[in-house]
Amino acid sequence: MIYDPSILATVLFAVIVLAVLGISVYFARQSKSSKGYFAAGGTIPWSINGIAFAGDYLSAASFLGICGMIAVAGYDGFLYSIGYLAGWIVALFVVAEPLKRLGKYTFADALDSKFNYSGIRLMAGISTLVVSVFYLIPQMVGAGALVTPLLGFPHWVGVIFVGTIVIIIVATAGMKSTTYVQFIKGGLLILFSTIVVISILSRGLSTEPSDDYHKFVTLTGDVSGEKLTTVDQAGYKIQSQHYEKGYHFVKLEKDGISNWWKVEGSGSQVEIKEALSIVKTSSGEKLYNGAPKEERKFYPVGHASVIRKDGKVVESTGRLNIFSFFRVLQESEIVRFTKKTFNDGQDSVSLWYQNPTPGNEILRPGLKFKVDKGSTPLSKFNFISLMIALFLGTAALPHVLIRYYTVPSPKDARKSTILAICAIGFFYILTLFIGLGAMTNGVLDVESSNMSAPLLAKSFGLLLFAIISAIAFATVLGTVSGLIVAASGAVAHDLVDSLFKHKKVSDDKKVKIGKISAVSVGAIAILLGIIFKGMNVSFLVGWAFSIAASANFPSIIMMLFWKKTTGKGIVASILTGAVSALTIILLSPSMFERYGLDKSSAPFALDNPAIIAIPLSFAALIIVSLLTQKKKEAKA
Amino acid sequence: MDHGPAVQHEEDHASGYKTKIGLILFAVYGIIYAGFIAINTLAPRLMEKKVIFGLNLAVTYGFGLIVLAIVMGLVYNWLSTKKENQLKAEREAEK
Repeated sequence: MIYDPSILATVLFAVIVLAVLGISVYFARQSKSSKGYFAAGGTIPWSINGIAFAGDYLSAASFLGICGMIAVAGYDGFLYSIGYLAGWIVALFVVAEPLKRLGKYTFADALDSKFNYSGIRLMAGISTLVVSVFYLIPQMVGAGALVTPLLGFPHWVGVIFVGTIVIIIVATAGMKSTTYVQFIKGGLLILFSTIVVISILSRGLSTEPSDDYHKFVTLTGDVSGEKLTTVDQAGYKIQSQHYEKGYHFVKLEKDGISNWWKVEGSGSQVEIKEALSIVKTSSGEKLYNGAPKEERKFYPVGHASVIRKDGKVVESTGRLNIFSFFRVLQESEIVRFTKKTFNDGQDSVSLWYQNPTPGNEILRPGLKFKVDKGSTPLSKFNFISLMIALFLGTAALPHVLIRYYTVPSPKDARKSTILAICAIGFFYILTLFIGLGAMTNGVLDVESSNMSAPLLAKSFGLLLFAIISAIAFATVLGTVSGLIVAASGAVAHDLVDSLFKHKKVSDDKKVKIGKISAVSVGAIAILLGIIFKGMNVSFLVGWAFSIAASANFPSIIMMLFWKKTTGKGIVASILTGAVSALTIILLSPSMFERYGLDKSSAPFALDNPAIIAIPLSFAALIIVSLLTQKKKEAKA
Repeated sequence: MDHGPAVQHEEDHASGYKTKIGLILFAVYGIIYAGFIAINTLAPRLMEKKVIFGLNLAVTYGFGLIVLAIVMGLVYNWLSTKKENQLKAEREAEK
């Protein structure tokens, strides 16, 4: 899709960036010590910390990724919202206060304070780094996706731009500025998302979402055998045909422009429905619906084909409320666009065909996760694995854990967590409205679901689009800052302390090392953000949750609740969890697709490793702890 | 550099009580969450069933899990604060 850079959006975007940099410079003076740099001196009020928690957690994955996934796959995207929020229950009821009582700056401190075993610090530091980097990838992908429509830059420029700003923020000021950036953007995100939802309900649903929405054409034709032989409407020439697993696509030429269509129906008379296509020719040229991108023949999509309100078919509903919105959707039919890729001679074709889907299927699971039609035991296993990772991963995320150390007391840790749950829970309810709004308002870019929420806002006016885009950008900045602080903390405290056990590293040096680490981690994140372009950011975050849940969660829980846990058991648990989760991810079908290989040749058919890696991590901890009991007792 | 608590705070006498309450609430929520996963996995079409205000089970259960997390968080905070205040008052009375 072609995006027109907006001056208003650019100005607001610049204001946000300058404000963030201003806050960083202001707080830089207060972050000279390592306590100030990594944990904001433990002085953040719980109310600020609570909203900052929300600002930190409601990352690009939540705002861009979940809304995008709901816009494409309906209720299945909302499962991420539910899982992300449920994870806070573990954080609040099991982890928040005990961890606050134990730790200082990092997750490793908490573990180390109990066992005083140097291997723990090294392993926990590495695990924090790995999880942070995996969490950073989707944020950077989201940044690239945002900057393209906002400023008209290509994806890679957006990623480098965000990475550079964040590195400046973190390397200058640390946790205090990060906290206030997250507080401001968390509050703004919730406020303006509420405004978008009110706008969606006020507009209601319509079969023609906007005056300039493309009217998709349906032709008729004759089939002989399997082949389309004639098109009834004048001017269309059949150029090529493709058959695949019950699908029949045809390339038609009219007025010098060739485009792909989908043939539907059985018998000799069939319907030929207009599709969207991107064709990469052997010469490297890319044609969007048969023409260069600049000719704007590649349209935004997503509309209701049939709307039923109170049992009657209507063209538009007018204003809806939070209940009638779902009632109408359930009874209606929405046209989604489903992707197919194939080769046509030397050309590589990506095609999105119209897929009218009943509303009741959109509002229940099954469109993305194979739990119903076409499901297998493995696909259900994959789904359960993801839901477990989301539930157990939150409490083990380094940038969430680090927030327990920025408040003065365990009581404040608890209160700020509850405030975060309220704010995050409210926002996640909004995601279902925003995602479904994007699905039905003719704004979707089939090439990238990540832009669904900002593009929906654009349909309500340029000002709302500019504000939402600027907030989304601040969202990326805030979360990336938090992650980089967590990662640099892990390097400066955990890895340095492990590697230089016998040499005292001064406080000043640790801050310096932290800042150098921030620059290095930022650079890695930029590189990975460019490589992973186009993947749904929420899907990528699911991996970060899986690694966190597998590597960190078992050791946190067992340290707190199993007296026989030993330092070596903790090391074995983190190592087993991280290695098994990473191995499964790197050999998963999704990664094989990314490598350009056949998905079905992946050695692990599982995309989400938690269901295997978490039990392995628990088992490693229990076995090694039991085997090393004597040493522990002797030490005691 | 030491790695002790970032900020020194008073001894928490209610920690045992809060841990117990936390684990009970966690178990309750965990069971309800597991029920949600089980229906989604084993009987996804059950999620189409209309439950309340014309909303289907999927939307009702999903929103319910989010609202329940908020309510349980507030209950946990109320119980914890009450216990902390009670123990604080008892200790001050002993002095």
